[in-house]
Parts: sequence; C-alpha cells; structure tokens
Amino acid sequence: MNIAVAVDDEVAQEARLSASEAGPATKRIVVGYGFWIFLLSDIVMFAAIFAAYAVLAHATAGGPSGVQLFNQRSVAIETGCLLASSYTCGMMSLAISSRRYAVTYLAALITFVLGAAFLVLEVREFAGMIAVGAGPQRSAFLSAFFTLVGCHGLHVTAGLVWLAVMMAQVAIKGFRATVERRLLCFSLFWHALDIVWVWLFTVVYLMGVLS
Amino acid sequence: MNLLGKLDWSAIPFDQPIIMGASGGVVLVIVLILSWVTLKGYVPYLWREWITSVDHKRIGIMYIILALIMLLRGFADAIMMRAQQAVAAGGAQGYLPPEHFDQIFSAHGTIMIFFMAMPFVIGMMNFVVPLQLGVRDMAFPTLNSVALGLTASGILLTNISLAVGEFSKAGWVAYPPLSELQFSPGVGVDYYLWALQISGVGTLMTGINFVATILKTRAPGMGYMRMPVFCWTSLAANLLIVAAFPVLTATLAMLLLDRYLGFHFFTIDGQGNAMMYVNLFWVWGHPEVYILVLPAFGIFSEVVSTFSGKPLFGYRSMVAATMAICVLSFIVWLHHFFTMGAGANVNGFFGVMTMIIAVPTGVKVFNWLFTMYGGRIRFTVPILWSIGFMVTFVIGGMTGVLMAVPPADFQLHNSLFLIAHFHNVIIGGTVFGLMAGYNYWFPKAFGFKLDERWGRASFWCWLIGFYIAFMPLYALGLMGMTRRMQHYEVVSWQPWLVAAAVGVVIILVGIVCQVIQLVVSIRDREQLKVTADPWNGRTLEWATASPPPAWNFSVLPQVKGLDALWSKKQRERTQQAQPPKERKFEPIEMPKNSATGFITAFFAVVTGFALIWHIWWMAGAGAIGISLTMLAFAFRNEEEIKIPAEQIARFEQANQAEIAV
Repeated sequence: MNIAVAVDDEVAQEARLSASEAGPATKRIVVGYGFWIFLLSDIVMFAAIFAAYAVLAHATAGGPSGVQLFNQRSVAIETGCLLASSYTCGMMSLAISSRRYAVTYLAALITFVLGAAFLVLEVREFAGMIAVGAGPQRSAFLSAFFTLVGCHGLHVTAGLVWLAVMMAQVAIKGFRATVERRLLCFSLFWHALDIVWVWLFTVVYLMGVLS
Repeated sequence: MNLLGKLDWSAIPFDQPIIMGASGGVVLVIVLILSWVTLKGYVPYLWREWITSVDHKRIGIMYIILALIMLLRGFADAIMMRAQQAVAAGGAQGYLPPEHFDQIFSAHGTIMIFFMAMPFVIGMMNFVVPLQLGVRDMAFPTLNSVALGLTASGILLTNISLAVGEFSKAGWVAYPPLSELQFSPGVGVDYYLWALQISGVGTLMTGINFVATILKTRAPGMGYMRMPVFCWTSLAANLLIVAAFPVLTATLAMLLLDRYLGFHFFTIDGQGNAMMYVNLFWVWGHPEVYILVLPAFGIFSEVVSTFSGKPLFGYRSMVAATMAICVLSFIVWLHHFFTMGAGANVNGFFGVMTMIIAVPTGVKVFNWLFTMYGGRIRFTVPILWSIGFMVTFVIGGMTGVLMAVPPADFQLHNSLFLIAHFHNVIIGGTVFGLMAGYNYWFPKAFGFKLDERWGRASFWCWLIGFYIAFMPLYALGLMGMTRRMQHYEVVSWQPWLVAAAVGVVIILVGIVCQVIQLVVSIRDREQLKVTADPWNGRTLEWATASPPPAWNFSVLPQVKGLDALWSKKQRERTQQAQPPKERKFEPIEMPKNSATGFITAFFAVVTGFALIWHIWWMAGAGAIGISLTMLAFAFRNEEEIKIPAEQIARFEQANQAEIAV
C-alpha cells in the first residue's frame, strides 16, 4: 500500500508517533498478521472437534476402545516425521531469507517427503482399523477419532499441495515479494499443524492408551 | 449408477401451486432483469465495475443489495406464517400443509439471520470501516470479493431449494436427531447445511479481513482511542466471527458426516450425543447475536452523536462496554437451553452471566441518552430509527433478562414469549440500526440523500407494526403457546394471532414505503444531491467526496484526535481564512480487479448443488474448478495498478468539496 502523507504545516509533526498511530503497516506485516488470525480461527475449529472428541471418548457403543486400537510405535514414527519436517521447514525459511535456491528446494523436498511419510503411516493406521471393523461408523468414539485425526491429516495434505505450488512459484517467479510472503504463511501453517499434532498426540494417543 | 444422483423430475413440486407460483415468479423476474441488462448493453459495465471489483465500497453496496432482496424473501415467509396462524385455530388447518409450513419457518429463520442480517451488517462495515479509518481499501481486497461471492452462493443454493427439491424442515437451528438422515431423509437439511458451510467460509474470510484491516491499516495518527465507535464495534464483531464461526463450521461438518458417511456424532444409535450439537451450535450462536447487534450499536453511536451535534458521551466507557460484551458473549450460551437438565449450578452460573452481560449494554443505552441530553437534535430519519431502537431494545433486553432466570425459563422456553423476545432485540436492535445506517450513509455512497418524507413514513409503519406484531406474542407465550405450530386447538389464542398478522401487514406497508423512498429518491436525485459532508459529520468518511473516488482519499489524512473531521472543522473556524494550500498528489497504487471471486462463487454453487443431490462427478468437477481458480490467482503477474497523479488532480478539481484533514 502506498503511504502518501499529507504535508501539514499547521501542527508540528511529532517526532515519534506511538505504535498505534504510525499509520498503515507494511504489506508483509499485514499479510503475516492476517494469516495469524486465520491460524487462530483454524485452531478454534480444532478446539471444537477436540471438545467433541473429549465428550465422545468413552462412547464406544460396545466396540473397541483406544487401548485396543492404537499402535504406539507407528504413532511415534509419525510424530517423529512431522516434528522433523518442521525443522526442515525452518531450514527452508533460512534458505529463503538468504536467497539460496538449491537449499530451498532441498529443504522443501525433505519437508515434503517427511510430511508424505506421515500421511502414509496415518492412512495405513486408518486402513488397519477399518479392516478390523473399527471404522468411523462403528461408534461415536470412532467417529470423533477419525474426524479429529482425519481433519489434521487433511490439513497436512493441503500443506503438501501448497508446498508443491510454492516451489513451482519459486521456480517460475523467483523470490519476489508476493512469493516470499506466501512462503512465510506456509511456514506458519506448517508449524501450527505441529502444535495441533502435539495436542492430538497427547489427548488422543497418550491419554487414550492410559485409560 | 445414476448420472444425476438423487435428482430427477420429481424434485420439482409441480403439484404445489404456491411453490410453483412463487418460484415461477422469481425465475421470471430474474430472466426479465437479465435480458433488460443485456439488451441495454450494461453487461460489460457490470462486469468491469461491479462483479470483478475489489473496491470495498462496491462490495459493501453489493452485500446490502443482496440483504435487501433477502429481506423481501424472508418477509414473504413471515407473512405466510402469520396468515397461517391467524386462521388455523380450532379444527381449521389453514392453507399451508405441515410439511410446507415447516419449510417456511426454517427458511425464514435461516434467511433472516444468515442471508439478510449478516450480509447487511457486513455490507455496512465494508462500506464504512475503511473510510472511517482513513485508508484506501481493505487489507485483502480480493479475499473480500471472494467472501462476497461465497455469501451469494449460499443465498443462491437456499433459493434454489424453493423450486428444486425442498428446504430443511428442522428449524433454523437444525437440531439432531430430527435433522439426522433417519428422520430427515430428504435433501432439505443438506441444502441448509451446504448453504451455511459455503457462506460460513465467506464470513470467516470477512472476519479475518476486517481484524487485519482495523488493527493494521489505519491512517497515520489514528490510534486505537481515536477510532470511531463504529470501527470499535466492527472490530469486536469480527473478532467474534473469527472465534465463533469455526465452531459452526466444525459442528455442521459433524452433522454432514453423520448424514453422508454414517458417522455417529449426534445419532441415537452408536452412542452419539445429540445435546452436544445443541451446545456446540450455541457456542457459535450466542456470539452470533452480538456479531449482529454490535455493529448496529456502532451505527447508533455515530448517528446519535452527529445529529445531537455533540461528541459521544463516554467514548471510553463505550469502548470498554463493547469489548466486555465481546468477551462475555462466549460464556452465556447455555441460556438457550436451560431445560437440557445440566443441573442447578450450571444453570445458575449461566443465568448470572446472562444478567451480567446486560450491564455493558445498559451502559451503552445511558451513553446514548446522555449524548442526546443538552444536544441540539436534528430529527432526521436516522435519528428516528435510533430513538425507536432505544425504546424498543430496552423492552427486548428486559424480557431477555427475565428469561435469564432459569426457573422462569422453564416456563418460557420455546414458547412464543421467546420468539417475541428475540424479534424484539433483533428487529429493534439490528434491523433498526441497519435502517438508520442505510439512511445515514446512503448519501455518501451515491451522492444524493434519501427522501425524508417516505423515510419517516417507513419508520413509523415499522415501529407501530413491530409493536402490534410482537407484543401479542409475549401474551401468547405466557398463555402457553409454543413456537412453530402449524395449527392449534385453543381458540382463545386466535384474536392475538390476528392482531399479530395485522402488525405484519403494517410492517409490510413500511417496507413498501422504503421501496417507494428509494424509487422517489433516484427520480429526484438532482434535487437531493449532496456535497461531501451533508450531515455536518464528525468522522473521516465525510471528509472525502460523495460518492468517494476509488482511492477514497487523494492524500491520506493525518488524524490528530477523536472525531477527526469535526476537530478539523473547529480549527478552521477559529483560524482566519488562509489562502488554499497548493496540494501535491502522488500516484496511488490500487489493487487490480479480479474475477476470482465470481468464478469461485460459480464453482462453489456447482459443488454445493452436486453434493446436495449426490452427483459426485459434478462435485469433483466443481472442486477442481475452485482449485484451478485459486492457482490462476496465485500465478497472476500483476497485482496492482497505478493511478496517475494527473487523474487524481483532475478528480480533486472537479470535487472541490473534499476537505483536507
């Protein structure tokens, strides 16, 4: 946004304006801020699904419960993949700010592969559960489980598509301002998915196995 | 495998004369308007200047046009319900069969809340907020256009249900288990769910956009405590949108999963929990009430202060009250269903919280009264609506506090007393506020005032009609009449319902007056022409031309205090006339027009319609269409256009009225 400031000689310009009076922020700040607000709203959506899960966690309708279904080893590997992908995503951000194309592509590729591995493990877990008759139609608990974990999985999928598109943009358009802002938003998104997963891991898998 | 899913010719109710007449009329009107527009050659103009526009003022006006059309649709439903209940006493069945009556009350509520009040409020904020903040556009202009498109998609889907298939019969809240597949196997609930999901995404986008705009893009010097109250209430409403709408999205998604994939969130079998839906729905629903009414409070603040010729009394307490309501609105939701049986302590907590949230609202009413006290009030149409609001809203608020007492609520729950209460606050608060804002900002949007005489006539019809239509419902509620009755046995209710029907007819006269007001004003626009500042206004929107140029302000204003324009005018009055300063203009970068919103909306309608009718290939095609549209937007090369300084200088010369702040 172009900031044209009126030259007003009636009142002497104050040397320093307070932060809230400084006028419109730069585009980078506005975009990042807007995306933060979106992430908060997304987390509110997850919170609603978490609440539903908490209400229905014991509503197994005579079907299997978490203790019988969850495979901790697989979930641990999933968690490792996702957390590691956040690290490589951070490396990508550093490469972007120092304008290194090769490192950016490499970090993005590793992030993508780790995210995809997470998804493959998750889909295998789902398929295994459905195969033993523990699909989302079995009980309210399983409905909530598949919705909560699946919603996170859909977010990861969307993130992977987004990452691929962004790499195409870097290749075609280079590190121009819009591309850089979108990459900033992507990394915020990717880290937020990690945070949601940490809650999910705790509430669904750890507490599910404990009880 | 059927290529058209569940859709076939039996979906169109050819045997229902009322429905076929109504939908035939709607189709005819649309065809007539479209062919008139095409024959006159307006299509390129509409495409260039409106449909692809990302200008917040244009988008705001389009939102309000949508809202006004939906007001007519929702009101038609209201008249039909009142007519039905006025005659269906004793053994009589009236003229509407139950399954049609059920669709009408569901459609009335859904349309009035989501597709009349919401677009009207959002349109008002869109038009006014950037102008009041002294900036040139929203933080994300194209997102704004997409949000409008998605809202329109939801509206279109709801109205398609009139002719193709049916609408929900489960009320505007769609409580399970009634709204589950087992009890509502038709497409009605699916229409409801997809229309709300699609428009809900649009609303969320709007919320994000406004929060970013208000918090990050204000004119230099516009500190938080210098923002006009309308900006504050808009900020609060949009914070509520951001925090509440995702809950609605999640809740409706769960119901969709139940209906489409056999999940068990709210079903009777599989240990689903229907009360969870009710809780989640109102976790969104109560903040929604304040999303609707807070911007109206902002409008009243602007109107009362302007037409009393005084600064708003207690600006700081107004801001504090607004933000207090914003927070408290999240911890009162359970008062919508005290009868759930949550126990005395839970009910007691929510009852007390409900009474507490009335306090900041009371603070606001006193602030408006003290603003008027000692002022030189000009009785224009907007201030009439504001005074009408103050009286009506206080009555509605009182009955609300009454129902906040759980034992009383056990008697009044789901009775017509409740219906009277929420119409009392939504019509008396939101609708009156929107009408005040419509009359107040119309000259800014179009450069001419609305006719005063027809405006007054409309106000009085609405006010009197409102009381005659809704006060009997309080009495009926106390007499034990529940909501949503297609017919009833108790003959002693009938006189009250006939009175209510008369009231609705008087409101109808008010709406007709409004239509005439608009037509007359457009006819006489040369006599009604105004300059930049027709009301002797106080805030920055009155500092630029009417209608404002695309770039709003040729030079961004420098704000030096509250009521930026008013204090500027005061300063100029005390100083001697100085020779006008030579003003230099710089080229302005403005966001480029984009068809993204329109194309996304098109594919959203296709996807939504396909999902409702289980036409899976078409849903996939629509989703691919949306993705491709987003990709095309992401890869466009030019994002902004530069408006040359000469063009700005030319505009300024033609509109000397602009006041430099």
